[in-house]
Amino acid sequence: MPRKLMKGNYAAVYGAILAGCKAYYGYPITPASEIAESASLLFPKFGRTFLQAESEVAAINMVYGAAGCGQRVLTGSSGPGISLKQEGISYCAGSALPCVIIDIMRGGPGLGNIGPEQSDYNQVVKGGGHGNYKVIVLAPNSAQEMCDLTMLAFDLADKYRNPVFVLTDGVIGQMMEAVELPEPITELPDKSDWAVYGTADSRHLINSIYLDHDDLEKWNRELMKKYKIIQKNEVRVEEYRMDDAEIVAIGYGSCSRVIRSAVDLARERGIKLGMFRPITLFPFPVDEIASLVDRGFKGILTVEMSDGQLVDDVNLALKGRMISDLHNRMGGNVPSAQEICEKVSELYGV
Amino acid sequence: MIMAQKTVLRKPRGFIDVYKHKPGAEKDRTHYCPGCGHGILHKLIAEALEDFDIVDKTIVISPVGCSVFAYYYFHTGNLQVPHGRAPAVATSVSRANPDSVVISYQGDGDLAAIGGNNILQAANRGENMVVFFVNNAIYGMTGGQMAPTTLEGQKTTTTPYGRNVKTDGYPIQVCEIINQLTAPVYVVRTSLHDMPNIRKTRAAVRKAIMNARDKKGFSFVEVLSMCPSGWKMDSVPAQAWIKENMIPRFPLNTFRDISENTPAVERPVPVMDPAEVKKILEYDALSDSNLQKNSDAAYDKVAVRIAGFGGQGIMSTGIALANVGMEYGYNVSWLPSYGPEMRGGTANCSVKIQEDTIGASECTEPDMVIAMNQPSLEKFEKIIVPGGALIYNSTLISIEPARTDVKVYPVPITGIADELGDTRVQSMVNVGAFAAVTGMFDPGEIENLMSSLFKGKPEKVMKLNEKAVRKGYEYVKENFS
Repeated sequence: MPRKLMKGNYAAVYGAILAGCKAYYGYPITPASEIAESASLLFPKFGRTFLQAESEVAAINMVYGAAGCGQRVLTGSSGPGISLKQEGISYCAGSALPCVIIDIMRGGPGLGNIGPEQSDYNQVVKGGGHGNYKVIVLAPNSAQEMCDLTMLAFDLADKYRNPVFVLTDGVIGQMMEAVELPEPITELPDKSDWAVYGTADSRHLINSIYLDHDDLEKWNRELMKKYKIIQKNEVRVEEYRMDDAEIVAIGYGSCSRVIRSAVDLARERGIKLGMFRPITLFPFPVDEIASLVDRGFKGILTVEMSDGQLVDDVNLALKGRMISDLHNRMGGNVPSAQEICEKVSELYGV
Repeated sequence: MIMAQKTVLRKPRGFIDVYKHKPGAEKDRTHYCPGCGHGILHKLIAEALEDFDIVDKTIVISPVGCSVFAYYYFHTGNLQVPHGRAPAVATSVSRANPDSVVISYQGDGDLAAIGGNNILQAANRGENMVVFFVNNAIYGMTGGQMAPTTLEGQKTTTTPYGRNVKTDGYPIQVCEIINQLTAPVYVVRTSLHDMPNIRKTRAAVRKAIMNARDKKGFSFVEVLSMCPSGWKMDSVPAQAWIKENMIPRFPLNTFRDISENTPAVERPVPVMDPAEVKKILEYDALSDSNLQKNSDAAYDKVAVRIAGFGGQGIMSTGIALANVGMEYGYNVSWLPSYGPEMRGGTANCSVKIQEDTIGASECTEPDMVIAMNQPSLEKFEKIIVPGGALIYNSTLISIEPARTDVKVYPVPITGIADELGDTRVQSMVNVGAFAAVTGMFDPGEIENLMSSLFKGKPEKVMKLNEKAVRKGYEYVKENFS
């Protein structure tokens, strides 16, 4: 299978090109800068737009404009930049504009550091801007998935007319792996019933204002309905050695990579550990996690690089029938397979 | 006998017949207050769009402010956008639809306060758009607060004692600032306070819109406009107030008009054809990953940590190993220490090469460490798994490793590279040594990969690196077999 060694950040841009993305608007920030850099290298080769915006705020508003004109459009950033983009993301959601935003999470709060963390979970998964809205969140854990899930992100964005996040951390953005490059898409979806092309037939309005209270409530209810459909249709998870597992570790992104290693290590030590990995964070695998209770696991351990943001959602899904324990690292530190195994032994006496 | 010309009073075609987006019953009139300048400017724009027959190809951007509802009126494509961001949105709208006429219609708070940077940067890029800047020295929509253009001493709801320039700053002269930039083609300030000035504004509006139609780039029309409600004045005194108070501070002027000699902005046509996309991405040059694996190799999988000073080829050693591993069909991962850590100080990277799916990419308990300097040896020899391997740069490291439960390979990596005449080939000496220790790679196959590993580099660079691989490989074979 033809492959190319590349960083996760590059792979995402390849995915965007292959998905027919016509424009990239972004602002540099470590550890996401390679996304802008590779877009600046690649997009002009295709006569597509790369523009280094004057700010994160400008970048997301450029995304808003391009999306309103029916283009597949991408931006990328990291924590502090995502905070700045939130207003614009709310506008995109409120105006039902499809777009893709990549967040390569770093350490926070404040300036924090540029090490890997997963502390943007809440601000991304919970729709971090103002108003009632959600964004679809895909959480790749390899360079291959940075490419594949970025392509999927464009499809989902168009399918639901909603912003889609590709959410991962500095490890996945910075690491190189061999990526099998998929075929480019052959056809872009038709958006002529709503997009603005500057033609007589496309005198549409892109707007999030509903002055009338009833109108705005109606629009909010339509959005809720959409999110419900997304919740029903788009949950994606990965399991590893769960068939005979007695204990399950839950994690996404680079944590899931470490959990995979921990599972193998635990098995060498005679501990039947399995991995449950959410690939979509919204929609969150609520039913799938709830069903873990019925599968008779002795313990559930959530592993994350944040302060319990993920375990909160796991426990909501468990509805009090079981309680997940937490193993977390922060500040740029990544958990190791060894420490996960030790935590499992300590918690569950295995 | 000369026939008297018949004047037909009707709404210009640039306006929507019935303002369907406007809530409430009054769908035939605007939401603007009596005496407000917006209606006049709207009409001048709508007339120009009709007269130039470009209503169909026009897109109006309406941000926050009184003109937030401009989309009620213009019979064009419309985008309502966040406060201050119209120039950013107009940028991508213009890039997406290069044949359209893009109008950013902004008030003073929107443009000169919250959106101050966005207007400067769009102007500086020379985006093909028209910006209409309605300067009425006050925030109208939110009920009469201070604007960046509020005059010295002017009372507003947030300057109840009058604007104090010592604490609130001076009224900002935006045209004068825009005129400092190189890219804009047309920068003008006009007023709406009387008929002669409305006529001058009309000419400016038409000129700016023609510029956008002809893709001349960035045109900026600042229009001094009445806000009787915000100023708490009747309409007629409001007109006089512009003349007496605003114009002295905001002189009416054509600051720049160079559109005639400016070539049209050109935007490329995006390449979307799948075959062409694959060609540009060089699918033909992708790795087939079909080299025959050595079944007798000492290692069938490896996790290696490579460390040294920045500039010692640490990252490139790792990338070369991962690339060669990929050519053999292995799963590979390469994880750098990234960011400022790389600058000046030590650098390290983790490489994994194995058949199975790779879990953690950081080698916390590596099978092998390649240490290029003494601090790296001290730091990383501790984490090698028992029975693992340590390759270290004996040219620069004089101490003995502390570990006795790992296989130790002192290799004069820098020395070999220097002998070959270029310290930079240390990376490939490492690769050769790695091949010899693990048995996973054949040095001849690595040599065959030079053209892809050093793509675009001169032939002599490839030859030198070939020698480096061979030397590293042979040194280990000769000294440690």
